[in-house]
Amino acid sequence: MAMAIDTALPAGRTLKLALDKDELIKRGLMVVIALYLIVALAAPLYVMLSKSFSTYSFDLARFEFQVSDAAGNWSEPVTAAALNDKIAAVSPEALATNSDGRLQATSFFPDFSFRSPVKYKIRGTSADASYLVGLQLHGGTEWRELGSNEFRRVMLRPSRSIGLENYTTYFSTPTLFRSIENSVFIAFISTIVTVGLAFGFAYALNRSCMRFKDAFKLVAMVPILVPSLLPGIALIYLFGNQGMLKDLLMGASIYGPLGIIVGSVFFAFPHAMIIISTALAISDQRHYEAAASLRASNWRTFWTVTIPGARYGLISAAFVVFTLVITDFGLPKVIGGQYNVLAVDIYKQVIGQQNFEMGAVVSVILLVPAIAAFIVDRMVTKKQVALLSARSVPYQPKPSRRFDTLCLAWCSLIAVFIVGIMATSQLAAVVKLWPYDLSFSLRHFAFDRMDGGGWASYYNSIRLAGLTAVFGTIIVFVGAYMVEKTEGFRTGRSAFQFLAMLPMAVPGMVLGLAYIFFFNDPANPLHAVYGTMTILVVCTITHFYTVGHLTALTALKQIDQEFEPVAASLKQPFYRLFARVTVPVCLPAILEISIYLFVNAMTTVSAVVFLYSKDTALASVAVLNMDDAGDVAPAAAMAMMIFYTNAAARLIHLFLSKVLIARTQAWRMR
Amino acid sequence: MRHETLAGQPRTPTDVSAMTAASLNVKPAYLEISNVWKAFGDFHALKDISLDIREGEFVCFLGPSGCGKTTLLRAIAGLDLQTRGTIRQGGKDVSTLPPSQRDYGIVFQSYALFPNLTISKNIAFGLENTKRPRAEIEARVTELLKLVGLPEQGNKYPAQLSGGQQQRIALARAIAISPGLLLLDEPLSALDAKVRTHLRHEIKELQRKLGVTTIMVTHDQEEALSMADRIVVMNHGVIEQIGSPTEIYRHPATLFVADFIGEANKFKATAEKGSVSFGSKTFKCAAHSFDAGVSVIVAIRPEDVIPHGPGARSPGAPDVVKEPANLLDVTIGEMEFLGSFWRTRLRGADLGDETLIADFSINAARRLTLTEGTALTVELPEERLLVYPGGQ
Repeated sequence: MAMAIDTALPAGRTLKLALDKDELIKRGLMVVIALYLIVALAAPLYVMLSKSFSTYSFDLARFEFQVSDAAGNWSEPVTAAALNDKIAAVSPEALATNSDGRLQATSFFPDFSFRSPVKYKIRGTSADASYLVGLQLHGGTEWRELGSNEFRRVMLRPSRSIGLENYTTYFSTPTLFRSIENSVFIAFISTIVTVGLAFGFAYALNRSCMRFKDAFKLVAMVPILVPSLLPGIALIYLFGNQGMLKDLLMGASIYGPLGIIVGSVFFAFPHAMIIISTALAISDQRHYEAAASLRASNWRTFWTVTIPGARYGLISAAFVVFTLVITDFGLPKVIGGQYNVLAVDIYKQVIGQQNFEMGAVVSVILLVPAIAAFIVDRMVTKKQVALLSARSVPYQPKPSRRFDTLCLAWCSLIAVFIVGIMATSQLAAVVKLWPYDLSFSLRHFAFDRMDGGGWASYYNSIRLAGLTAVFGTIIVFVGAYMVEKTEGFRTGRSAFQFLAMLPMAVPGMVLGLAYIFFFNDPANPLHAVYGTMTILVVCTITHFYTVGHLTALTALKQIDQEFEPVAASLKQPFYRLFARVTVPVCLPAILEISIYLFVNAMTTVSAVVFLYSKDTALASVAVLNMDDAGDVAPAAAMAMMIFYTNAAARLIHLFLSKVLIARTQAWRMR
Repeated sequence: MRHETLAGQPRTPTDVSAMTAASLNVKPAYLEISNVWKAFGDFHALKDISLDIREGEFVCFLGPSGCGKTTLLRAIAGLDLQTRGTIRQGGKDVSTLPPSQRDYGIVFQSYALFPNLTISKNIAFGLENTKRPRAEIEARVTELLKLVGLPEQGNKYPAQLSGGQQQRIALARAIAISPGLLLLDEPLSALDAKVRTHLRHEIKELQRKLGVTTIMVTHDQEEALSMADRIVVMNHGVIEQIGSPTEIYRHPATLFVADFIGEANKFKATAEKGSVSFGSKTFKCAAHSFDAGVSVIVAIRPEDVIPHGPGARSPGAPDVVKEPANLLDVTIGEMEFLGSFWRTRLRGADLGDETLIADFSINAARRLTLTEGTALTVELPEERLLVYPGGQ
């Protein structure tokens, strides 16, 4: 391009724009939101990763003792290692422990008696050895003299080393690594089934003239409004040990892969349907006219025009479903039985065995498929954008009796499945005692009589959802605005963009565990938020950050990029433009983000299951806990409460959108 | 033929523009661009650009896409900072100031009207927030609406107006704050041809009325020629020529300018003293600085070729008024009817393999009964032969 006689750039410094108040505010805001993402995402994940490489063991050579006789004459110093060699008080296996491990010092002194006048001295042989006396942590190489009564309260603390040991243990434990296979199998089968069903459904909605399209669309969206635990509970009611339709399974058990797959299809269906439907909706009528003019058969047209046109949508849907299923925790927890999957393993390791390091290892392993699926999905989504052309003519389906009937049958089948699951859950919630006494009763809604947090947990959930919706929308939208509409500061912005995309790839369980590691560390100045509503809100916003971010970006990209220069030339601060133009124009997207956050905050289990405390129990977690405790009917009732709330929120959102849009979007009407 | 003015001064179009330029020369430079560079990695979008723009002047940056004209405009606006060099506006160094601290109004090709605000609110956008009383703002908006010829439209939304109307509103919004400098970034490119011609005239009128220094970026030469006081022709990040529209058109400084603005026949030729030779002939031309024997390129615009009818050299031929020189015997190859003139492709033994394109008026064609295959003699007037360095 440049001419041959290109003279060189004169030496000197590259000019930099003088910062004005506007730019300073923008950068300040960007730093605040980037900081948010670092604290709420990057740092916890980093801590978790490092945890997975940490092993803890008692290094006996690091501790040295001296014992006195009754007269006060001290013996020669001797290390715990030497003592152990002599009496084999602690087996080598018992030396491996976790970060909370404690080893009683008296175990090296078989003839210890706390009443004896004998005194003890203890010290570390290196500065990083540490031990507890009672609750007080000590360390260092100074001798500490203790009476017998105090010495019995001395606990040696393990030392930390970095290595792949946890991973070695994981892969040499068949019961653990078996879960990888199980998880991938479940996710794979669920993906095929869900995408197949959803494609047929979306195809019928877009390409046929069948009736009741709106009703079908509505029904297909229902699973989004409920926690993934609900299909599990409903399936147990239908096919479980006392299930109404148990015989239909002909001996097969719903507890295990079958139940997980059927339930996964239920909750993943709407996600796949939306993506595929969008892909099918953008196809071009002219392609079909061309195919018809070339006398291609319907079958050939389907494979040469329809499928290629929707292929990015199909691939994207497949990866979304795969990620959703493999990272889901609630459903396999409820219906998985003995069938272990990765997400539940994390829970078992952490809550059941208190083995946080192993929990971290499983988390890292779960991150791999999730991140892989995420990367492929991003690549595909980028390509799909290029497919859109402003000159496309939308496809207009023509009525065809046979085809429309077929479509109607297909959609009805799926609708029956969804409605059936919902109806079962509803029924379970309001009958007295399934399946023996089917009379109507509201007694299962008396949550205060069950474990799990009672009605308080429901109100907590509403608070969480409300706070998440409000603060999440603000953070997400302002963040997206900073990425999309600021000039310069390029590295910062792309780092920010990366952080904003990351939550999509991080399973909720992993995020929750990472939060434990990060926020439950007493050394962390943010430790105070642990166990509060704040951490739940932060965690939920972060968990669902990406979709909101993408929605906001899409809306912002549609706004003329010259608005900012124009406003600046008119000497108006950017925040005035933001308030007067950007926000009003993006209002539909903003409302969409807020309802998305609300609904998900109501239904999420995975991230928050590690983080709730006695005072911040949540409805979705209550479903899990009540089900765990055998109170399945109240669990179904609480799941239905979540559904009612989300359905109501959706309705209010719809109404609000209508009102607000009528008031602020008059300009959209020509 | 020359027009005599009352004072007996010769007034060719060239001279008129020279005078205009001279009168403008009196005014001080309002915008001084000195040694501006813009680098994108190794690619230099602007190379050592220096340019003065006088107060009240209407300047067009003209060039093909990628020539750097928009980059230069954005540097002036502070939207994309230049890598090196200084820009002074009204005597003040604005080189690194952010847009909000510079003094200009800007209009983009996309109009960039705020879709959710009414026309009035759009225009008032820069006036609000400035402690101006409400009534004053309203009065100013009404005045501006009238100025751009759209009174009574204030309560509509941008989407309810046509493209041309929207662009006028964008213009009104930009001048509402009475900026010292008006920047127009391809303001007419998104409009239909008819609307464009009309708006071209209106913008020019408005600019003259307000006397605001204006820079317009365009790739449309017709737009530049009809609107600008001075045109800055750019290519590959350098300025090829700065001059009035007539200067640029009649005396293109480089082959690129000759080729980019209007059309030009180009022939490889050899320089002689006071003449050039190409094909098998030698043509007299205006004085040039090339040594004899140097290879050059000769250009002539199609409309500058004068038809003389067949056998024009025979004495007494009616069309020959004065002693003709630079004559060439040719045959008409193809003729293309372009409405107000015929475009003809001329071939002849003296041209070798080359084709000479000439535009003949409808009248001339009728008078000389030109049809395809007609043999005729054409004149390449010596003052219209443009000589440029050859090579390559």
